[in-house]
Amino acid sequence: MSALLIEMSLLLSVTMVAAAILATRGRQSLAIAILAAGLVSLLASVQYLLLAAPDVAMTEAAIGSGLTTFLFFFVLGRVRGGERD
Amino acid sequence: MIRRLFVILLLLGLGAIFAGLVGGYTPNDALNLSARYYAEHTAQDIGAANIVTAIIVTFRGLDTLGEVTVLFLTAAIVGLVLSHGHREGEGSGRELPPAGELLTTGTQLLVPLILLLGVYVFVNGHLTPGGGFQGGAILASAILLLLLTDPLRRISHGLIATIESTAGLVFVGIGVLGIFFAGGFLDNRILPIGSLGALFSAGAIPIVYSFIGLKVGAEFSSMLANLSETEDL
Repeated sequence: MSALLIEMSLLLSVTMVAAAILATRGRQSLAIAILAAGLVSLLASVQYLLLAAPDVAMTEAAIGSGLTTFLFFFVLGRVRGGERD
Repeated sequence: MIRRLFVILLLLGLGAIFAGLVGGYTPNDALNLSARYYAEHTAQDIGAANIVTAIIVTFRGLDTLGEVTVLFLTAAIVGLVLSHGHREGEGSGRELPPAGELLTTGTQLLVPLILLLGVYVFVNGHLTPGGGFQGGAILASAILLLLLTDPLRRISHGLIATIESTAGLVFVGIGVLGIFFAGGFLDNRILPIGSLGALFSAGAIPIVYSFIGLKVGAEFSSMLANLSETEDL
């Protein structure tokens, strides 16, 4: 693994940790937390690509960052619409 | 306070374990025994350009059958649990806010393209990265986009069930054909292997993977449709 690849994946890891902290500890809206969780998955799939596992990267991108993020937004919309106050 | 200390200790312990893993990591300079077998025999025995697909569909085809079964059970259980909350008819719920212009237009533009990409991914599973599971998830994300635009849209459960069960039957049927006409259950050599890298090559792999893709897409779609039809709990 060349030095450039290692630097790139280190940078990605730091960004992933930052996004994960934003997703769990952030004081912002739930929508930002969901987007941050999706970002973690998206960067994880880039990591898989750097590790030469395109199949795993595709699964992660399609399910982890695609379907799950959309599903969370879907559920968020339902929960918000159901508020009666 | 003690809880916080416990969490910090746990994190430090996990960090020490991972640091040990990273520190002791030496990359292999050669493939191990089974990986070498797969790398050397895939091209002439299976005829698939993508070794991962050859392993998933043929060498370890039985595991894939198990995975598809687990996914089917998950979809069935989601349907069972949510079936009590189904909305009777249309409009019994509250008024839904209309979907935005951006979402509606974007969906009209993107859904055919996403469906096309999903089909491309699983039809070319033996040539390019990806395959049935990834393609099926991409198909389901198109369905999810449709449901996001119009939450009252009804997707026919009969159609989903037909696609799902037909795909499962064909998958197992091709596997059983392998017992009679080739080396064993889910052997792909019931059809000619063809030339490496062509679309119609690798025996039965493109057919099996296409049906896996349809099955996975139908299972995810049925979960999403069930979620969408559920009355607020």
